[in-house]
Amino acid sequence: MDKQAQVAKMTDIMAKFVGYSSKVLPDDVKAKLQELAAKETQPMAKLLYETYARNMKLAKELDRPSCQDTGVLQFFVKCGTDFPLLGEVEKLLKEAVKIATVNTPLRHNSVETFDEYNTGTNVGKGTPTVFWEIVPDNDQCDIYTYMAGGGCTLPGQAMVLMPGEGYEGVAKFVMDRMTSYGLNACPPLLVGVGVATSVETAALLSKKALMRPIGSHNPNPRAASMEKLLEDGINAIGLGPQGLRGDSSVMGVNIENTARHPSAIGVAVNVGCWNHRRGHIIFDKDLSYTITTHKEAKL
Amino acid sequence: MAKVVLHTPIKDEDLENIKAGDIIYLTGHITTCRDVAHRRLIEEKRPLPVDLKGGAIFHAGPIVRPIKGQKDKYEMVSVGPTTSMRMEKFEKEFIKQTGVKLIVGKGGMGKGTMEGCQQYKALHCVFPAGCAVVAAATVEKIVDAQWMDLGMPETLWTSKVTEFGPLIVSIDTHGNNLFEQYKVGYNKIKDKELVEIDKHLSFIK
Repeated sequence: MDKQAQVAKMTDIMAKFVGYSSKVLPDDVKAKLQELAAKETQPMAKLLYETYARNMKLAKELDRPSCQDTGVLQFFVKCGTDFPLLGEVEKLLKEAVKIATVNTPLRHNSVETFDEYNTGTNVGKGTPTVFWEIVPDNDQCDIYTYMAGGGCTLPGQAMVLMPGEGYEGVAKFVMDRMTSYGLNACPPLLVGVGVATSVETAALLSKKALMRPIGSHNPNPRAASMEKLLEDGINAIGLGPQGLRGDSSVMGVNIENTARHPSAIGVAVNVGCWNHRRGHIIFDKDLSYTITTHKEAKL
Repeated sequence: MAKVVLHTPIKDEDLENIKAGDIIYLTGHITTCRDVAHRRLIEEKRPLPVDLKGGAIFHAGPIVRPIKGQKDKYEMVSVGPTTSMRMEKFEKEFIKQTGVKLIVGKGGMGKGTMEGCQQYKALHCVFPAGCAVVAAATVEKIVDAQWMDLGMPETLWTSKVTEFGPLIVSIDTHGNNLFEQYKVGYNKIKDKELVEIDKHLSFIK
């Protein structure tokens, strides 16, 4: 296959995968919602979980995006230096979004800032956003796709705490956001927390944390214990689906971390809504692919 | 309890016995109306190109697609609510100027909307967000599209709907606000939980 044909093939697969991920939830999210619905005891919350389930069924049957806000597309790419299309990936992802926007269809979610007009194509300056990691001596390309909807983007916040505020300050920062903005962001939420030095490092980690499967844990035992403490704490608040009360508030809390400057604790929070449209696909050098998030996916 | 279905045009007395926390449905017409449309009416003082007296608005930006072979006709693919709080700044004045009776969105709204709903008799309701196909399935057809220069999400799309819902009443005409009541409780529990959590977080020693 020449390069042009390879690019066309990967573009086609990505356009189909993006479209598919707007219609079908990843397996871990589906399972968690079922688990939360099964143990829910409050009548209003039960009705809402039933509506969620009916929506997912209808979305699949009618082949339509399950939520009208199909987000600004974000891609987290981990690409080997020996992957044949390393230099083409970013451009082809933008093209794939354009194609998926027409074929799926997706909502037009790119408004050019300052000029303030909707591009009408769902792509614009810097959108979709591609975050890169380069892996030496490797020939695979590993891509997370994420539809960042407006409702679950709004609670996003990052700040730098003084070390005196400690991890207690981190917990307060996260919990405060749940009762102010979180209840409007379509709970039960997946909560991503980044702990690092500065706002941008913490913010990126908090979004990467949302790519991790529900039920996975941070490898650091203390960070993992904090995930559990926050999960239990936010659940105790009882936001329930839509913030209208219920036995749970979150599908999980994922923390990602790096080392920090001794004078600063950078912290950020990002949330995913119950309709958490995350996809994960891995290409090998021949463009054969594996989808890890949706076992039943056929593109 | 009998299913409560409101029909547009809605009259003040239709809303009198409806309380925050009730579940209702809507049959008739509803117009999507969100950030820029509110701003245009209130700040830019541009008359709204849709008559909303006795009507319903939906804080929503849908996915629509053109119907093949029919000029200027569109099909509702997915439509669901967006965060209502973004419109809080404008909503009281919006209710006053338009005479709208039903506002459907996501999450709660604030003091201004509460006052508007009480003074001018209107409701704010939540449609389960993220359930855009359930909502689209109640749309019989799109009957009008205005301010299309705003792009797909912000265009004023008027749809004919049948038993659109469930709509959970968050603000009624009597000054009740479900989310504001719930938030008091949420914050109390949060403060209590933080005290417990903090006992386990002394990592810096």
